[in-house]
Amino acid sequence: MKIYVPMDSAAKALGADDVAGVLAAEAQKRGLEVEIIRNGTRGMIWLEPLVEIEKDGVRQAYGPIAPTDVGALLDGRVDTHGSVEDIPFFARQTRLTFARCGLTDPLSIADYEAHGGLEGLKRAIAMSQDAIIDEVKLSGLRGRGGAGFPTGIKWDTVRLAHAPQKYIVCNADEGDSGTFADRMIMEGDPFTLIEGMTIAGIGCGATKGYIYIRSEYPDAIAVMSRAVEIARAAGVLGVDILGSGKAFDMEVRTGAGAYVCGEETSLLNSLEGKRGVVRAKPPLPALEGFLGRPTVVNNVISLATVPVIFAKGAEHYASFGLGRSKGTMPIQIAGNVKFGGLFETAFGMPLGELVNTVAGGTATGRPVKAVQVGGPLGAYLHPDQFDTPFGYEEFDGQKALIGHAGIVVFDDSADMLSMARFAMEFCAVESCGKCTPCRIGAVRGVETIDRIAEGDTGAIELLTDLCEVMTDGSLCALGGFTPFPVMSALRHFPEDFAPQKEAAE
Amino acid sequence: MRTRMPAQSDLTPPDVTDIEAVIRPFLALEGPLLPMLHALQEAYGYVPESAYAPLCAALNITRAELKGVLSFYHDFRTRPSGKHVLKICRAEACQAMGATAMADRLLKKLGLEWHGTTANGAVTVEPVYCLGLCACAPAAMVDGKVIGRVGDARLDTVLAEVGA
Ligand SMILES: Cc1cc2nc3c(=O)[nH]c(=O)nc-3n(C[C@H](O)[C@H](O)[C@H](O)COP(=O)(O)O)c2cc1C
Ligand code: FES
Repeated sequence: MKIYVPMDSAAKALGADDVAGVLAAEAQKRGLEVEIIRNGTRGMIWLEPLVEIEKDGVRQAYGPIAPTDVGALLDGRVDTHGSVEDIPFFARQTRLTFARCGLTDPLSIADYEAHGGLEGLKRAIAMSQDAIIDEVKLSGLRGRGGAGFPTGIKWDTVRLAHAPQKYIVCNADEGDSGTFADRMIMEGDPFTLIEGMTIAGIGCGATKGYIYIRSEYPDAIAVMSRAVEIARAAGVLGVDILGSGKAFDMEVRTGAGAYVCGEETSLLNSLEGKRGVVRAKPPLPALEGFLGRPTVVNNVISLATVPVIFAKGAEHYASFGLGRSKGTMPIQIAGNVKFGGLFETAFGMPLGELVNTVAGGTATGRPVKAVQVGGPLGAYLHPDQFDTPFGYEEFDGQKALIGHAGIVVFDDSADMLSMARFAMEFCAVESCGKCTPCRIGAVRGVETIDRIAEGDTGAIELLTDLCEVMTDGSLCALGGFTPFPVMSALRHFPEDFAPQKEAAE
Repeated sequence: MRTRMPAQSDLTPPDVTDIEAVIRPFLALEGPLLPMLHALQEAYGYVPESAYAPLCAALNITRAELKGVLSFYHDFRTRPSGKHVLKICRAEACQAMGATAMADRLLKKLGLEWHGTTANGAVTVEPVYCLGLCACAPAAMVDGKVIGRVGDARLDTVLAEVGA
């Protein structure tokens, strides 16, 4: 009998390690022959720890399981959800990037290959660099880190640059609140990221890669580091990838608790051992990146999606989606929701369906007041905007952004003035300090919002003006996009900025 | 970041030989400073001042550059923390589940501000902006161990465990 108990940190945070420990002890006591596999999460966090028991090749899901449920579970006295694939939240998804996550043992390369792993790399090895880049362009893949820049074009710039050494840098800084897709795939299917980076290396002529993981993710760092060693031992990395004669290797690096280091040029400075201040662009990192050399900087999900594009073909990937938002997006549903977790689906699902149907509304059972999409630099959307389909251009049209596709739901107890103030406060704490609109603007923003809270309605105009300066004058999107949450809160929830609020309290 | 070493007394800072042993394995890396600082912090719980000269010499950087880096990143400490570090997420998804009020109650109970350490040196409380546990908010982390759906009762258990 095989028993799967996730080792994903969300599952651990809800007690999965204890469950695995009690399971092992109880099975031994009963003289049961069980193999406990620590898989990744299937992404349904409200069911974690979600234990799967495999009998006669069929996996049955049970959850959430507490350590005290283990006896009953082994007795067969716990109701099953059936197979994971039949749970409605899972059944509605289109899992391309996350197809293996939670299914396999994250650190078994044999398991990885048995589930389609390395197929993409093998195909890419047989292709010319030109053809590799064309395949990525054809897939329509756009950067999943936030800006949505076409990945194939970025790769082409690096491929065409002449330099003795080029790099592939994976941005695993994932600082946005409400996002955890990078963490989940690094903990649940790390070889996918390694395979994607290796294909990028071959396509661009880069032989060295770095994965820059935020220090807040100790579990992801441990799994990823181990996976790199395993891949190297298996000949997936090294001087002769799968016997092709091509070379690519990589290192895992740890961030040091700075949100701005997710910005690509700041990340490169940090990787070089400098203060993580933003660099002015141009020069583009694609031409002068790490140590001044041509560098691809891509988000984890962008890179982890590359293997399936090569395994199934660019057309297959591009056949999903909406307009210029091609393929699928792992949407992360978080905050005050009934069903939180990762939901991978083709672009195009209306926001309201995601919030009300998929997420099941709020955990508190109160009405939804606002939804922040795209992290701390993303706008707050009002339920009136729930028809908006999930896509880059569609959100842009609502003065919003999808960013890294985290959606954070708030119930009617949320005070939007406080949320706007927090956005400014966060920007002030995390500003790298290089440009004035961000460094000073954020501090003034907090003060101005405090004046509004005290009933000074004249300060609203000042705040609007300040936001314009930050938008137009900031060097990067930290200062440049902080006005999104601030102004959207002001626009859609003016009652929270009105003076009578103070009087009523 | 993991289990804290008992913080070394300020009176006996590690000497140059100790420091060099910690940073040597990283000398051949491209961009070795952050890995070195992490290793020092892992070994001593903070980056001791006695490490400045060997670091500057090894990397051919000035003391000002080194201090610039140390002060830029929230992670690096130049003084020992409490024996344990409790990080509480302050970011939006956790706020949506009541993290702000919870953190306020905790700090008030301990009589601390953010970054403060209890008088007995048992625990330092720090803010963190997202732990990637936003679907099981509010989230916290004790010495690298994650906790989801944390509430007042769970925090009390944690505080008892770390001897605060
Ligand atoms: C303040 C700030 C923080 C960012 N944080 C991240 C991050 O955590 N992860 C990420 O992939 N991109 C982040 N980005 C976007 C990166 O600058 C860059 O666009 C991205 O890594 C490119 O990869 P992609 O094309 O695959 O998305 C951030 C940008 C800014 C301005
Ligand atoms: S917002 Fe708290 S864990 Fe992500």
